[in-house]
Amino acid sequence: MSTVSSPVRGAAVRTTATPPPAPRRRGPGRGWRVTPWLFLAAPLGLLVLFTYVPVANMVWYSFTSWNGMAPVKEPVGLENYQRIFTDPDMFSVFLVSLYYLAGAFLQLGLALYFATILSFRTRARNFFKGIIFFPYLINGVAIGLVFLFFLRPGGTLDALLALVGVAEPPQWLGNPDLANVSLASTSVWRYMGLNFVLFLGAIQSIPHELYEAADLDGATSWQKFRYIIAPGIKQVIGLTTILAISGSLAVFEIPWIMTGGANGTTTFVIQTVQQAFEFKKFGLASAMAVVLLLIVLLITWIQRRIFPDEKVDLT
Amino acid sequence: MATRHLIPGAAVTAAAALALSACGGGTDPGGSADDGEPSGEITVITQRTDIVDTVFMDYKERFEAEYPDVTVEFEALTDYEGEIAVRMNTADYGDVLLIPNSVTPDQLGTYFEPLGTVEELSEKYRLVEEKAYDGQGYGVSITVNTQGLVYNKKVWEAAGITDLPTTPDEFLDDLQAVADSTDAVPYYTNYADGWPLSQWDGNRGAMGDPEYQNTHVAHSDTPWAADEWHGISDGLLFDIVANGLSEEDPTTTNWEESKTLLGSGEVATMLLGSWAITQMQQAAEDAGASADDIGYMPFPYQVDGTFHAQVAGDYKNAINVNSEHKAAARAWIEWFAEESGYAYDEGGISPLVDGPAPETLGDFDAAGVEYVEMTPAPAGQEAYESEVVNTAEIDLYGNIYRQELVDVARGAADGDKESFFAELNQRWADARAAVGE
Repeated sequence: MSTVSSPVRGAAVRTTATPPPAPRRRGPGRGWRVTPWLFLAAPLGLLVLFTYVPVANMVWYSFTSWNGMAPVKEPVGLENYQRIFTDPDMFSVFLVSLYYLAGAFLQLGLALYFATILSFRTRARNFFKGIIFFPYLINGVAIGLVFLFFLRPGGTLDALLALVGVAEPPQWLGNPDLANVSLASTSVWRYMGLNFVLFLGAIQSIPHELYEAADLDGATSWQKFRYIIAPGIKQVIGLTTILAISGSLAVFEIPWIMTGGANGTTTFVIQTVQQAFEFKKFGLASAMAVVLLLIVLLITWIQRRIFPDEKVDLT
Repeated sequence: MATRHLIPGAAVTAAAALALSACGGGTDPGGSADDGEPSGEITVITQRTDIVDTVFMDYKERFEAEYPDVTVEFEALTDYEGEIAVRMNTADYGDVLLIPNSVTPDQLGTYFEPLGTVEELSEKYRLVEEKAYDGQGYGVSITVNTQGLVYNKKVWEAAGITDLPTTPDEFLDDLQAVADSTDAVPYYTNYADGWPLSQWDGNRGAMGDPEYQNTHVAHSDTPWAADEWHGISDGLLFDIVANGLSEEDPTTTNWEESKTLLGSGEVATMLLGSWAITQMQQAAEDAGASADDIGYMPFPYQVDGTFHAQVAGDYKNAINVNSEHKAAARAWIEWFAEESGYAYDEGGISPLVDGPAPETLGDFDAAGVEYVEMTPAPAGQEAYESEVVNTAEIDLYGNIYRQELVDVARGAADGDKESFFAELNQRWADARAAVGE
């Protein structure tokens, strides 16, 4: 405490008020035990109020046929869940998530590649770090609009392709076979920066002596990656993989802004939003949200089994 | 102009907020709008952020000259539906405001001062019954819209078309002629923005029957049959797209850009409410063409040799039930409808029964279009149609199923016109059975 470290300030404090706190601090009085809870009260209160209460409400709504407005919420038992698991239209939208899942693994690979390269001494590496991370800083709405212009017929991409001689490019968003690929690519462009920074941070926390030792032993770059970097950032790789999988199941922003879910690009979350706000089926939408939550929890649990939370030891 | 259409999400949030506030509402429904002389300072809330500092300032000057004891202040809200609903949970939501779409008829009295009986108001104003409950009217329309198709006259003339099409088939032939003899895109769907597709629903009056939606639509098992409104209108949209008469890639359309495209003649036709005419004329002038190039034609369908077009009120001005200056607020509402000239300048039909006809609808006068005011659903039935819509998950007022329709028509999704419409009819009939009459 500052009162101890600085006698001058300590004197000043003492003149202004309060008896010295030392005796109270020493005893195991009640005030001492309550204090941490007082500090925790605010964050815990907020957590309960804004996370657990809404989630509990959502679970409750999922067993009703509430329309979002009516004062009465008619309980319907498992009807909403029954519909989700029996109506093929409900679950088929998860197929769209496969595009994003494929994109997510491409994104992880690229991010890892760039993070590794840029963690070594590379020319203008800070510049490239900036360039790779930059898209993540841009607002998702702006990205959606920019890529709409980029991908439209006669847009920037088509103009670039024309320069290299592609005369009749496909409709990137209009062609139902390509639309999801285009959207997933946009998503990769946007989120690769985040994965990149996570990997880069983890790689840089690996002690430098290990590289020096490896250099002395004549290790190649690949060997350094294989035996130092990869095991060193295993935890981060596991974490980002989970984030990528749950992220690709819950894709919303980019397809919502760019196509609104039209032309076969509806994702599970877009469908949830449409059920809630377009068709006033808050009960069904809540059930869909609960199902998504359970799927994500399941995946997280599987990940914990595959990558247990063990301490990494490189030596 | 984004203020024209409503974001469904915002409207629902708004509705939810209102539902909450209705529980805690402790407002006194007593008191009259007519007590005393108009005086005091009133706050008028508007959605027209674009002209609040220009045109509305002029209104203020003219109004205050007529009522020297009244001072008018404006507040313009960008996301009107969303913001006003939050405000309406308190007593502080201005003196004059527009009735949000999320307020249900039975809630009107909680928030707004009754202006008089529907009968009495109807002598002076159009479409009062749209925002009425228990025989009391609560608002006066700021302007009245009709429905039809905006088109670029130059392009249509260049394609050698002189007469207005009177059937969907003629309309398709005309679009084909535009495609064959000009460079213009014959029809622009505005698929990507979505809400312009919802305009296809808004002209049920074209069937020439004010009772149409009380006898058809939600009261029919086959709204997409060839002789019912949705079969006719959605069928026409399907054929336009299937015949390749719409834009090449609908998924990348852009509303703001579409105005310029129509104004400059790169697009020939779009189906939109009459509110769009002035915007298109402006776009035409901005693109270096003339406002006279923009024409407005009725939906290509005639009953007994006459075109019909639905008229419906825009937002309605109403008085906050908690206002302390109700007389002044009422004076503003009447002045706005009768003397401001807002409807006329906007190219809309006057909210007054005997108001001036707008120049923008001269084409309709020339074509002898008969206006149809739809009869509201009978008491207790107001929510029936939307219940069927929600149960069937066919968003008549939205764009989800019409985007699917366009996808099927352009071959980007499985199915054809018959199978698609048969499925719609099937889902609709099932939903009607589930909801019950």
